[in-house]
Amino acid sequence: MPPGGGNGMGQRGEIVALQGLDLEVRDGEFFGLLGPNGAGKTTTIGILTTRVKPTSGTALVGGADVNRQAVEVRRRIGVVPQRANPDRGLNVIENLLFHAAYFGIPSSASLPRAMELLEQLGIAERANSKVDELSGGQQQRLMIARALIHDPHVIFLDEPTVGLDPQTRLSLWEILRKLHAEGRTIVMTTHYMEEADKLCDRIAIVDRGQLLELDTPEALKQRAPGGTLVEVTLSSDAAPVVEHVKPLEGVLRVEAAGPLLRVYSDRGGRVISSVIQAAEETGVNVANISLTEPSLETLFVARTGRKLD
Amino acid sequence: MTASATVPKPLSPATATAPKAVSSATVFVALLRRDMRVARKEIVFFLVRTTMQPLLFLIVFGFLLPKMNFLGKAYQTALLPGILAVSLSLSAIQSVALPMVQDFGWTKEIEDRLLAPVPTRLIAAEKIVAGMIQGFIAAAFVLPIARLVMGPIPALTLSHIGEVTLIVLLGSLAFSSLGMWLGTAIAPQQIGLMFSVIIAPMLFFGCAYYPWRGLDVVPAMKYLVLVNPMVYVAEGMRGALTPAVPHMPLPIVVAALLIVASAFWTLGIRSFYKRAIG
Repeated sequence: MPPGGGNGMGQRGEIVALQGLDLEVRDGEFFGLLGPNGAGKTTTIGILTTRVKPTSGTALVGGADVNRQAVEVRRRIGVVPQRANPDRGLNVIENLLFHAAYFGIPSSASLPRAMELLEQLGIAERANSKVDELSGGQQQRLMIARALIHDPHVIFLDEPTVGLDPQTRLSLWEILRKLHAEGRTIVMTTHYMEEADKLCDRIAIVDRGQLLELDTPEALKQRAPGGTLVEVTLSSDAAPVVEHVKPLEGVLRVEAAGPLLRVYSDRGGRVISSVIQAAEETGVNVANISLTEPSLETLFVARTGRKLD
Repeated sequence: MTASATVPKPLSPATATAPKAVSSATVFVALLRRDMRVARKEIVFFLVRTTMQPLLFLIVFGFLLPKMNFLGKAYQTALLPGILAVSLSLSAIQSVALPMVQDFGWTKEIEDRLLAPVPTRLIAAEKIVAGMIQGFIAAAFVLPIARLVMGPIPALTLSHIGEVTLIVLLGSLAFSSLGMWLGTAIAPQQIGLMFSVIIAPMLFFGCAYYPWRGLDVVPAMKYLVLVNPMVYVAEGMRGALTPAVPHMPLPIVVAALLIVASAFWTLGIRSFYKRAIG
């Protein structure tokens, strides 16, 4: 799509743009922004939620321009921030009721909904607690309730499961699936491959503000370079070892990045012993070895030269 | 933990396409209600924080020293309006500046209000109005206490209550706007500096503890202090509460406060916007 291409989008599309990166999130889509810390994910969310002014370019949310129609955009969205930032002057339920009031919803309508949300997020018994008395995970769930209290059509979540225990993470996944099933558009950033893989209709892999890949998780996985990724950390520069490893049986591709040697193998981990041998023959020692099956992860490493976390 | 995975039904089926517009006034009132709720919870801390200094001053200079015959009734008369000016100014500044420093500096908790569907500048305006109200409350709280501590003050009259209210409102507006500006422009680490470098001189050279006409004896200072907005609040309070005592003419005070308030309002709202939108 051409930059700033709001034309032909109609009212049912949402466009995302960042640093020459153009993409469209479809209405009702569960869209994942996957990338390492510092990739520009939070900035993207900041722009789309009207909290950061883009230096150039256009971004529309539900047909409204984030720059010129910020109020229109805010009316449509719910936001779960990366770091819980509840209103500490208010207790848990007040956080929800006042947030609803900022959207013009009277407490007669928001109170039952707030209780329902707290119930579903497992923090109903904390309704009258001070925010400071909640654990980190409970505060994060309060953020989710707050993002939903005014019933927005588009929900932005910035790394929503960071710091959550596995059980809470799973229940949050279920909630997100339900919200998606209701037809809401969800844009979520994450640096967890599994999360993006399991939840998203489509995933954009971003790094350093650039869009690297954009497709369904299935298509992306098929695009991952063949074979198992064997990462070998050497005692010194890996470049001289590349030529010795390349001809080994089962080796599809070899790359060096400093002391790190990346070997893509179609024989799984069985190439390890011959790789170690080849390395030692060139006079370097092996400090560490890791194996990764073909996945979004291996695609990411192949495209960026870096691991996600 | 028993988080189940059902999700509440949408509030109305129509929200998917066209969210209902809500008037800025409704949101403004909701924001104001929030600030008043928080202020009510913290009313004791708020009053102690903002009126302790003027009340201590009042006890020493309005009660002890006159009792010891170091100061006469005339001084009490000059002091009372000044004490009110200090109380309302301090509380208006602090009730905006401190939360701003905290919210933007580290807790980021203002975020939920920045997502409210109103122009960002309106959120800043609401904060200033909330600060104004708190300045008003502080003045209303200190006046009876001052009267009680000092005993009867012959020149004191409440017959110009309209003027008193006007000065309190304009003064609170000016200082609440100043609080917005300081709270959003100053780095959190420098908040202590704000008190010693800006607020303290403002109090001491603000003609709060002596009338402006008294500075006739130091003419240079008499004109120098005119840059200090506190002077107009203190003199305005004198003109309204103790009109028999020499004071700056009220129209000049009102004009000066209007100018100061609109300047700080503009600076404060601009600075808030800069901090709010990255």
